[in-house]
Amino acid sequence: MRIILLTVKRDLLLYFRKPGDIFNPLAFSLLVISLFPLGVGPSADILGEISAGIIWVAALLTTLFSIDLMFKEDYEDGTLEQMILGREPLLLVVYGKIIAQWLVGGLVITLLSPLLGMMFYVNTDGILATVLALMLATPTMTLIGSIGAALTLGLNKGGVLIAILILPLYLPVLILGVAMIDTATAGDNYAGHVLWLAAILAISIGFAPLATEQGIRISLSE
Amino acid sequence: MKRMVNRKQKTEPGGCALKMGNFFHRLGSPRPFYELSGVVLPVAGVLTLISLVVGSIWALGFAPPDYQQGESVRIMYIHVPSAIVAQSSYMMMGIAGVIFLIWRIKIADIALQCAAPIGASLTFLALVTGAIWGKPTWGAWWVWDARLTSTLVLFFLFIGVIVLRSAKDGSEAVGRATAMLAVVGLVNLPIIKFSVDWWFTLHQPSSFSLTESPSMPAEMWLPLLVMVIGFYLFFFFTWMYRVRTEILKREHRSQWVRSIDDV
Repeated sequence: MRIILLTVKRDLLLYFRKPGDIFNPLAFSLLVISLFPLGVGPSADILGEISAGIIWVAALLTTLFSIDLMFKEDYEDGTLEQMILGREPLLLVVYGKIIAQWLVGGLVITLLSPLLGMMFYVNTDGILATVLALMLATPTMTLIGSIGAALTLGLNKGGVLIAILILPLYLPVLILGVAMIDTATAGDNYAGHVLWLAAILAISIGFAPLATEQGIRISLSE
Repeated sequence: MKRMVNRKQKTEPGGCALKMGNFFHRLGSPRPFYELSGVVLPVAGVLTLISLVVGSIWALGFAPPDYQQGESVRIMYIHVPSAIVAQSSYMMMGIAGVIFLIWRIKIADIALQCAAPIGASLTFLALVTGAIWGKPTWGAWWVWDARLTSTLVLFFLFIGVIVLRSAKDGSEAVGRATAMLAVVGLVNLPIIKFSVDWWFTLHQPSSFSLTESPSMPAEMWLPLLVMVIGFYLFFFFTWMYRVRTEILKREHRSQWVRSIDDV
């Protein structure tokens, strides 16, 4: 537990020393979704209908772009190698790094989502569901994304490669999340969606870091 | 090469000297595989040709037209086999990935790498024939229904494997990373399939399964079966061809490859 907390603390410190790494992906995805009203017109009907999808695109983009940086610097300056060699289990370090990454990526977009919801005319029920859905889904996205980040270490292909690898894996959370927001906006009960998202999150918490850990070992074996 | 294999056997814990295990172990190294596949390949080629020719003529010329869809039902004889074999090839890739990650058998890496482009092409073929079939039947080239969408996702998963594998040619670390990705994809596939099914469905339910007798008349499912077998053989044949080429490419410095006359 201590090692997880220490890793979280260290990574957060590093992120805060370089705020650009956090804000650039966020600014980019906010920009992208601001283009939607300009593209499809400012009518409340159309925007309200596609709002759930737009917010999810924002969440996906933010996660994707920030996940790329998750291991990059530690890989480049050799810290990651030391973490493998170190006495502490790599798995715990990986958990710590994932938590830190989620705090500056997924959590931020979750907290921003009510604002986005209002921009796109989502009603109060819908906004509540949006926050809840993102709260459950963004950790899953960070967890799955970390596998992609670990496997592409040292390939110098950057974000596009990660996107191709992990976007298909995001499909279940995307489908469930959007369905949940739509159900909520229509005023129906969405407890089932919550349970499904939570189940997927639970599975991801258990297994994804194992794959990430192995992925790091594989990528650094050369 | 042989010496290396022997050494590996010794160090492996619990590596009992079963004959069968020995056979697979030998098959797992490039040279014996190359030699054995040289015998199997022409046989597979002939069988592929026979079943595809027989199946195509039967399906396109003699099978009865559907009472609702008319002649357009014949697209099924290409569409269904390619979709089935595409799914199987992803499964095979995942299993090869597991084998490569656990035992580090070289052939598994090559097998995975060589299956990916064939699987991707078959998935693409299934999508295209599906679109062509969809136009007369549903009135649209593309419908966002569950099975179409999950096949599209399958295509993207194949693309991911191909892209990652080709990021650094012949590197073992990338090979293992690719294996990892294939395994992760395999684990995820049921979840994706389920979520997509749940999301929306308009497609007819599967009409072909191993356990139940087919819901279509024998004049239709028999040629379909021949075509499915033909596609499996086709996959096997092209896959083995690719594996052999890849082996030669990777081992081109070794003595035994240099001593092959016809390369």
